[in-house]
Amino acid sequence: MSTLTGIDRDALARVVAADIPPGSFVNLGIGLPTRISNHLPPDSGVMLHTENGMLGMGREARGKAIDPDLVNAGKVPVTELPGASYFHHADSFAMMRGGHLDICVLGAYQVSAAGDLANWHTGQPGDIPAVGGAMDLAIGARQTFVMMTLLTRDGRPKLVPECTYPLTGLACVSRVYTDLAVFLVEPGRVVVRDLFGTDFGTLATLVRVPLVDGTLRAAS
Amino acid sequence: MTGRVAICDSALEAVAGIADGATVLVGGFGSAGQPVELVEALLEGGASELTIVSNNAGGGDHGLAALIRDGRVRKVICSYPRQSDSWHFDAAYRAGAIELELVPQGTLAERIRAAGAGIGAFFTPTGFGTPLGEGKETRMIDGRGYLLEYPLTGDVALIAAHRADELGNLVYRKTARNFGPIMAAAAARTIVQADEIVPVGALDPEHVVTPCLYVDRVVRVDRNLAVSGDRL
Repeated sequence: MSTLTGIDRDALARVVAADIPPGSFVNLGIGLPTRISNHLPPDSGVMLHTENGMLGMGREARGKAIDPDLVNAGKVPVTELPGASYFHHADSFAMMRGGHLDICVLGAYQVSAAGDLANWHTGQPGDIPAVGGAMDLAIGARQTFVMMTLLTRDGRPKLVPECTYPLTGLACVSRVYTDLAVFLVEPGRVVVRDLFGTDFGTLATLVRVPLVDGTLRAAS
Repeated sequence: MTGRVAICDSALEAVAGIADGATVLVGGFGSAGQPVELVEALLEGGASELTIVSNNAGGGDHGLAALIRDGRVRKVICSYPRQSDSWHFDAAYRAGAIELELVPQGTLAERIRAAGAGIGAFFTPTGFGTPLGEGKETRMIDGRGYLLEYPLTGDVALIAAHRADELGNLVYRKTARNFGPIMAAAAARTIVQADEIVPVGALDPEHVVTPCLYVDRVVRVDRNLAVSGDRL
């Protein structure tokens, strides 16, 4: 069991938000990455895409603003921003699959050193499989980021030499944001860009993937 | 002005003639855009051994969930059957009483679109190298792996629109549009429930999303059956 304490989910969401260039078209999947939207500056001009058919998604709807015809990919009621547009499912996924979105941020069970992603199915017997848009999102956007805790609840790293869970997509992840470190997945190597509450040596023993120290401290 | 479309007096009349064993495309993403009243009428009409093509496999106790609960569905082709409230599907699946074909959401949409557009098959990178690509024909194109996917047609499509005119031109509301336009084109017969039916000419032609040639029957419905999405 690891006793490492990194940054919390909102701090991590802030780190990802700071890396999203102004004016980007972005899909935040469902679950944890949707928190990133709370940390995008209002004047960033980032437009959020939700694959059920909307560009220009606003915050989660509350009270009287809840409209059963206006939901996000997690089926959570949301709001629309000025400049929003609606489109049908084939158009929405053409936007994704055609490489028109700049960034997609997804959760994951595992990411491999080659950027393979596993995030749709545990593969456990009796677990009902459900894929939704995960496979389209993984391979469609120009850049796919993963946001997750580095360790499972029982302390095993989720950045792995090869995924053991069923795959969502091959070589599709370019960055992995975790509570303990930010990893850049580059051809043939994984570079540690930031560390949170740990040092490179500790991280390198924790993760069975060979790592390159790319932190500012290593550079100085 | 009258067209080919039939304006029906009830949801039951609108779904009349759907045969046992039919493949039915059902619009909606969770509750948004699900033609709940048409699906409930299909349940009342008694058709069985159905193949349902829809994004989800029903939530709560109405609509698709009710159809599955009552054992009318032989097979579901969908992307995301599991929800916090998909207890009727979960029970049928675990009992081996229902077949599941799991399709990535974008592939599901594109297969439906292809059916309506007369496309024989298409190559997509989605799913390549994953368990959902197993057994499928593959091709390398410019160094990238693709899967061959075939169109998904329906005997009938059941969809929900916001407004229809008396010719069957349709407009939708917000994210409830989802599968409506592509399912309308992909089925041999398209049946629409609308919140409102307006005279011909009342819809701005620039704003019509589904042109009337895709639509066969329309019924006005007051939406009052509660269907749940995960959070609605």
